[in-house]
Amino acid sequence: MSRNGPLALVFHTLFVVFMAAPIVVVCLVAFTPEGYLSLPVNGFSLRWFRAIARYPEFVNAFWVSLWLGAVSSLIALLFAVPAALGIARHQFRGREALSALFLSPLMIPHVVLGIAFLRFFTQIGVSGTFPALLVAHVVVVFPFALRLTLAAATGMDRSIEMAAVSLGADNWTLFRRVTLPLILPGVVSGWALAFIQSFDEVTMTVFLAAPGTETLPVRMFLYIQDNIDPLVTSVSASVIAITMLALIVLDRLYGLDRVLAGHSDRGR
Amino acid sequence: MTAAVAIPAPAAAARGRAPWPLLVPALALFVAVVIIPLVLTVLLSFHDWGQYKGIEPVLILKNWQEIWSDSYFHEMFARTFRIAALATLITAVFGAPEAYILNRMRAPWKGIFLLVILGPLLISVVARTLGWALLFGGQNGIVNKGLMSAGVISSPIPFMFTETGVVIALAHVMMPFMVLSVWAALQRVDPQIENAAVSLGAGPLTITRRIILPQIMPGVLSGAIIVFSLSASAFATPAIIGGRRLKVAATLAYDEFLNTLNWPLGAAVAVLLLLALVLIVVSSNALIERRYAEVFR
Repeated sequence: MSRNGPLALVFHTLFVVFMAAPIVVVCLVAFTPEGYLSLPVNGFSLRWFRAIARYPEFVNAFWVSLWLGAVSSLIALLFAVPAALGIARHQFRGREALSALFLSPLMIPHVVLGIAFLRFFTQIGVSGTFPALLVAHVVVVFPFALRLTLAAATGMDRSIEMAAVSLGADNWTLFRRVTLPLILPGVVSGWALAFIQSFDEVTMTVFLAAPGTETLPVRMFLYIQDNIDPLVTSVSASVIAITMLALIVLDRLYGLDRVLAGHSDRGR
Repeated sequence: MTAAVAIPAPAAAARGRAPWPLLVPALALFVAVVIIPLVLTVLLSFHDWGQYKGIEPVLILKNWQEIWSDSYFHEMFARTFRIAALATLITAVFGAPEAYILNRMRAPWKGIFLLVILGPLLISVVARTLGWALLFGGQNGIVNKGLMSAGVISSPIPFMFTETGVVIALAHVMMPFMVLSVWAALQRVDPQIENAAVSLGAGPLTITRRIILPQIMPGVLSGAIIVFSLSASAFATPAIIGGRRLKVAATLAYDEFLNTLNWPLGAAVAVLLLLALVLIVVSSNALIERRYAEVFR
């Protein structure tokens, strides 16, 4: 295999700088000792990280996001695992259409989903509540949960299941003791990817969140709309750190390129 | 349009009845919380609205006529699709070569740089856009300082609250999708074809034009569809970098819903955006699949 020439390496370096620059800048400015936006030229300080604790709006929003992400991904899996098993193992009329429907939240712009949910929840009188936000997030992260579970269910060796059945396992035992353990890596990765999607979602959530149910990205977005100060950079740097951690875990667990392959079919 | 999402048929195909008990919970969820709200939104776009009477549930074409006849909406949609097209072009021109270079890297570097370039995909778009706001920043933004001290420009370029700024930030946000798409296409390519071309005396330019480009083109095009549709409906990046005056479809719909409270007009803008994107995505997918039928086989 031929190697990259010097010109390619220069291009690559510039490209990596372009990709990393905004993220690095946010993390650097977060450590500024000054009271205004600046790069930390006179030493590093944690004052803006400590300042987060004095803003309950950010702390509350963080807990809302964490709960929302964890619970919505779990509920999405409760719906997605059976659906994935059904789609992976049966050939029936309308199978393609059903898969298309289940993956449609990837296709529909989130601004449209936000508007549709706002209208719907207002009409049934639950607008601005946490359960309403939860249902909306379940739908939006469903395709990610489905995709990874589907991949695991499709690649599974079914002769093991047949062996279990021949030994007298009933349906529930079969699922609990054989099928679920076999597809577990896909299910766990599906949960993790769904969690990250929910944790980062802003476009749809901004339509649904009310004071008290604002998620962290929504709180950050509304804050930035008013003014940009070092506080919001330290909040962002914390979010980046959490995501990086999840990213590394996901990469170790499943391989990042396989997880992200779910992304590349967006919009198709 | 998700026909392109290949779900392999089961090996021992149990053709026949659908496994309803497994599918009904998810199907019910989607009918209740996706299909019904979308239908309500389409209906909403035909309702009347007034400052004092609020939303009136009648079916009229008022909102659609307003969008059709008011040049404000024409400019806004033109701006939305112009920004999306430019962001797509930038990701294709820089993302495709980068995916190629990445693919030729050796073991540890390949994984590390793949993580560095694809990782931002999972970082909150608000945090990434904030980074660009800091880089562009008012009079003495870091980018302008750098460009001026390098002698590339003599006076600062206005990035904040301009289309230029929105396009650059959006290109950054969408870049991983393009790299990922071209990367996926490259995994199907046999590197020996390139070596064969070299042994037959082809120069680097000929190899790029005749061997590499045709093979990665399907990846570039399907990446372009993803980037375009996500850029045209992007919200946070245009809202933060573009500010309150530089409106695109998503930020205008947001304004109608949460500031002006003219929900029917906002719904009409959103439905039109959805229709336009579905039309563009479906037709370009069909075009690509016909043109590159052999690649998808």
